[in-house]
Amino acid sequence: MTIQFKNETFRDDFTFSNSPEAIHRFPFPFDKDQYMYAVNIEQHMPGPAKSATEFPIDIDEHYVSEMRDRALVLKADPLRCQSQPHMITAEWDLVELLMESMAKHYPEHFTLTRDGDRWHWINRPLEIDQTFTFGDAATLPLPPMEYVTRQCQGDFCLLDQRNDNLWMDAGIVTTQADWSLDFDMGMNFMEWHGPVPLAHDMGVFDRALKFLLNLQQGRPVRRLNWTMTVNPRLDTSPENYHAWGIDRTTVTPENVGDKVHLRVELQALWRLPRSNAIVFSIRCYLIKMEELVTIPKWGRRLHRVLRDLPPELVDYKGLTRFRDTTVDYLARHDDGAPTSPGFFPD
Amino acid sequence: MSGGVEIPVRVVAIEQATPTVKRFSLAARDGSPLPVFSAGAHVVVAMDADDRRIKNPYSLIDRSADGSTYRIGVLRTPQSRGGSVFMHDRVAVGSELTITMPVNLFPLNRTGRKHLLVAGGIGVTPIYAMAEELARQSVPYEIHYAMRDAAHGAFADELVARHGDKVRLYRDDAREVIAVDRILPNQPLGTHLYVCGPEGMINAILAGGRAAGWPEENLHAERFLAPPGGSPFALTLAKAGITTEVRGDQSLLEAIEATGVDAPFLCRGGACGQCETKVVSADGELVHNDHFLSDEEKASGAKIMTCVSRLQGRELVLDL
Repeated sequence: MTIQFKNETFRDDFTFSNSPEAIHRFPFPFDKDQYMYAVNIEQHMPGPAKSATEFPIDIDEHYVSEMRDRALVLKADPLRCQSQPHMITAEWDLVELLMESMAKHYPEHFTLTRDGDRWHWINRPLEIDQTFTFGDAATLPLPPMEYVTRQCQGDFCLLDQRNDNLWMDAGIVTTQADWSLDFDMGMNFMEWHGPVPLAHDMGVFDRALKFLLNLQQGRPVRRLNWTMTVNPRLDTSPENYHAWGIDRTTVTPENVGDKVHLRVELQALWRLPRSNAIVFSIRCYLIKMEELVTIPKWGRRLHRVLRDLPPELVDYKGLTRFRDTTVDYLARHDDGAPTSPGFFPD
Repeated sequence: MSGGVEIPVRVVAIEQATPTVKRFSLAARDGSPLPVFSAGAHVVVAMDADDRRIKNPYSLIDRSADGSTYRIGVLRTPQSRGGSVFMHDRVAVGSELTITMPVNLFPLNRTGRKHLLVAGGIGVTPIYAMAEELARQSVPYEIHYAMRDAAHGAFADELVARHGDKVRLYRDDAREVIAVDRILPNQPLGTHLYVCGPEGMINAILAGGRAAGWPEENLHAERFLAPPGGSPFALTLAKAGITTEVRGDQSLLEAIEATGVDAPFLCRGGACGQCETKVVSADGELVHNDHFLSDEEKASGAKIMTCVSRLQGRELVLDL
């Protein structure tokens, strides 16, 4: 399957859009007409053909443009990519995971040849041809994590496991929903989840941490998270708030269908073999309201979810300024008909 | 499958390392490379005995350079439930076994400035892997390895050959003991200690660390337990509606698995917490042998770790 990579932007003139195929494979995050927190973790097993979970690492039509946007973010702010020295083994684990997966599932676009520690990596969409020694950082033009994640969609955090906790000790984060790697660096699992409302009292994080500490090699897991973003901007970071915070005030009944996006994160966690660290991948998918309502089930369901969302979540997800306008727009696409169970289009 | 992905393996070499320890080399039956693992990891080995399936955790010593084999070391312990005796007496080159993916409950702390590795007897197996990893990373470390006598030092020669003067050997028969009170107080800040061996030795080393003012977070131990046997008792799985007997030489978890119920587990050594199960009722006394539940949780009688704990009494009813 050859992907036709689009040439588009996630800033300034915002030319990003989804093809009909991309709309159809969008990882819609609501399987019911209401939303509440849950430890919604499941095995990261292959999903249906052509879905976002068909392969462990999903590459789509936005790949080339997303990688260009990542390079722009890193050029302006190198602190979006950080790694503590003790994470170097985990960095190499990540190189192996991503290159192996991309080459196996997208052989038209990526090729990996291994001869012992001598590796040969070809990335055709980005026109990269690199021979290097696995485990020897001097043989790559960039540190291993940065090298490979500049070539893979999604943010990646490497979590060290020690003292029965997980520590955010490395990562590359340029497509985030208003959180900062630079701020969270070195924090443990409980610390970096501190700001999340409601879930602590529900014991969600205690259970999630206990589960993750026993995450097994060869058994990755995933979950979906979501928020909404005005304009298709990947880099909605606190560092960059001055550039995008004001966008939330620009939504009108006339432009809501084009400006307001459902932002879904496909989050996956793998136990890494050499380092015993965990990689936490956060892959961002964006879809405009006017694209989303082309799937009638999703238009109806998102209307009901947003309309009935608890106020704490409306504030935490930053929807306060444009939620009502969006609900009004979606109401026009909700005829009140019942929706079928599950995530996928009818 | 509750224990994760399983790998069918074949025994390709056996070495009698000492009078009581054998080292087994295992290769995947389909010839594919075995997964890379981190130092301190173990696998659970499943053995098909005549009347039952025994599953024991064993630390991984190493993985061959080409990835084709793992080595594990097994001490023959005749008074246990039979896993190690099965490995010693029934397993030969060519025997087929099943292992889980590696699991690491005894990892190196990678932020450590220096690492003190302390092993007693067969507890040397994870320590061996940790020393290799530290040598590869050129991080400061010391190895202290206590054995009964020269003949029982299963890894002494190999350790000395690979790590030279970083290794200090202690022989019980020569009345050599690890001088905790001399070694521990003089380590640089940021040193981490790892101890694996008999329960009494672990406790003595950890107590020495605390006495020397070490922070608890810098003291690490692997207390793998072989599930102790006991008296037989009746077991009822409330959700499944199954009643069975747990034999004296069987663990609670093995008896559950023998009914066909897919119960959770990971380490099978009382350490990881994965097999925590709610107790509906117990006619008798719960014998908690794990290192996971707190004393309060054990006293409450509401939960049991099925891998190493059991009942002394008539009947146990579990929420499974």
